[in-house]
Amino acid sequence: MIGWEWRRVARWAVLAAFFLLLVTNRGFFARPPEGAAATEFVLQLKGSDTMVNLGQAWAERFMKLHPDAFIAVTGGGSGTGIAAFINGTADIAMSSRPMKAKEKELARVRGRPPVEIIAGLDGLAVVVHPQNPVDALSLEEIKAIFTGAVTNWREVGGEDLPIILMSRETASGTYVYFREQVLDNEEFAPHTLLLTSSHHVIEGVAASRGAIGYVGLGYLSDRVKAVAVAAEPGAEPVPPTEEAVKSGRYPVVRPLFLYAVENPKALAREFLQWTISPEGQAAVADVGYVPVR
Amino acid sequence: MRNLRALEGWIYERLVALSGIASVVVMVLIFLFLFRESVPLFRDVSLRHFLFGRDWLPISEPPSFGIVPLVAGTFAVTVSAAVAAVPIGVGAAVYLAEIAPRRLREGLKLAVELLAALPSVVIGFLGIRLLVPWVKAVFGLPTGFTALTGAALLALMALPTIISVAEDALGAVPGTYRQASYALGATRWETITRVVIPAARSGLLAAVLLGFGRVIGETMVVLMVTGNAPIVPRSLFDPARLMTATIAAEMGETVRPSEHYHALFAVGAVLFAVTFLVNLAADRVARGREAR
Repeated sequence: MIGWEWRRVARWAVLAAFFLLLVTNRGFFARPPEGAAATEFVLQLKGSDTMVNLGQAWAERFMKLHPDAFIAVTGGGSGTGIAAFINGTADIAMSSRPMKAKEKELARVRGRPPVEIIAGLDGLAVVVHPQNPVDALSLEEIKAIFTGAVTNWREVGGEDLPIILMSRETASGTYVYFREQVLDNEEFAPHTLLLTSSHHVIEGVAASRGAIGYVGLGYLSDRVKAVAVAAEPGAEPVPPTEEAVKSGRYPVVRPLFLYAVENPKALAREFLQWTISPEGQAAVADVGYVPVR
Repeated sequence: MRNLRALEGWIYERLVALSGIASVVVMVLIFLFLFRESVPLFRDVSLRHFLFGRDWLPISEPPSFGIVPLVAGTFAVTVSAAVAAVPIGVGAAVYLAEIAPRRLREGLKLAVELLAALPSVVIGFLGIRLLVPWVKAVFGLPTGFTALTGAALLALMALPTIISVAEDALGAVPGTYRQASYALGATRWETITRVVIPAARSGLLAAVLLGFGRVIGETMVVLMVTGNAPIVPRSLFDPARLMTATIAAEMGETVRPSEHYHALFAVGAVLFAVTFLVNLAADRVARGREAR
């Protein structure tokens, strides 16, 4: 009987010891290191969904050259990447829109003054259903369509069909860029569908005859038709080809940005320099965007 | 040694009490956290504007944080999902518990459990590839990204919860009730509707509530198929933007702390308050009935 009781005491003692160990162990309450950003050989790239494929291509090629480095690439949208950069959870933000003055200020306040690199160019294609007879639109018409001033394809020379607007979510740099540059900062029509990725925009436009959407050049496919865009109502409409984007003839072109802190760790500096080297720029062209040099 | 055993019993009792209290404490803490993170919003935005504003334009200059479209979207989608799922779910549970032969019942229960195991993102994929084009074609709509599409998928997701909880509730009704009913000459249908279902009603209500909880908290599916346009839907054929989907889609882009960040927490607080009130009301209903 006594042995049995002592076994109970032992059980409680072991439990208590374990608990004490847990509490007194420094690792238990110590703060975990600041994400992967603290590690020397790991680089966190985060941001624009438009640039995820590009970031991935860069990461793969760069890691081949530097087998000891590890580069993690995640999407979520330009806004997400910039927020992560400011919050210190990403080393480099990929963004398809410039950082806003407010965001730069906030980053400086947090001790993360940003440096901007333009690593490529992307034409924004305006896409419609393949069977839509409209082949060209002026910027003015596109703005009228997306702000809801024009609601039927008939009004821009198409069929008598209501226009369905498809956009990206608000975290997307593509959304912000389109709103600023094409809509002149006016609001999207309230009934605009906000889809979670450019793939969904393609999917949605391909499924609806009256739909119109916008995606980066890298996302274009046979399932949708990219319309030619005229800078002004009378001007000649230009289709979104790499040549037209590079020469500046296509009117909806945006830079693809990388943001890092002023004095980044060695690996980040090396990576950033590499992205604008001939090799890094070859990757830009390979994934469907336009190199800057 | 007696004392030791008494002490052990005392410790176990306290531990059990602690785990009971813990859930309450955690809930209070969550609520306080939500409250603390949402209050700063109201330094910049009036409560009135937040609750009754009709424009959700979080990244415009100046932004507008009116949650009417989000509440309306949530209401339209979840209520229709519940309306569709409750009769089907309870009906299926009655069939499983009372009518189906044993072998078939085991097979069907397995199927229901498998349905519950489908990750919501997979259901969202199926929704985009199959249901969205189907809704568009069948109803002749310009697009299939509608509140209806979301409601249908949510109903599908709520079914396993409703069916399994309701089936348990019906199974817990003592067999003697049924035997007594048959002995009085009642048919099987009369036994089910007049004896078994009334006897299991609080369990059935719990099933409905749990199903509703599953529906109102679901995020991924609605984010993928409802179109997310921040408008007050005039019918189920309009797109809708739900509170959960808004938080999920926008939380990643916010900088802490910022108006937008606090606004999303405030949306979370509203969502929490709504589910809390629904639960409270249903609890009252259940108790009220029992007392009678």
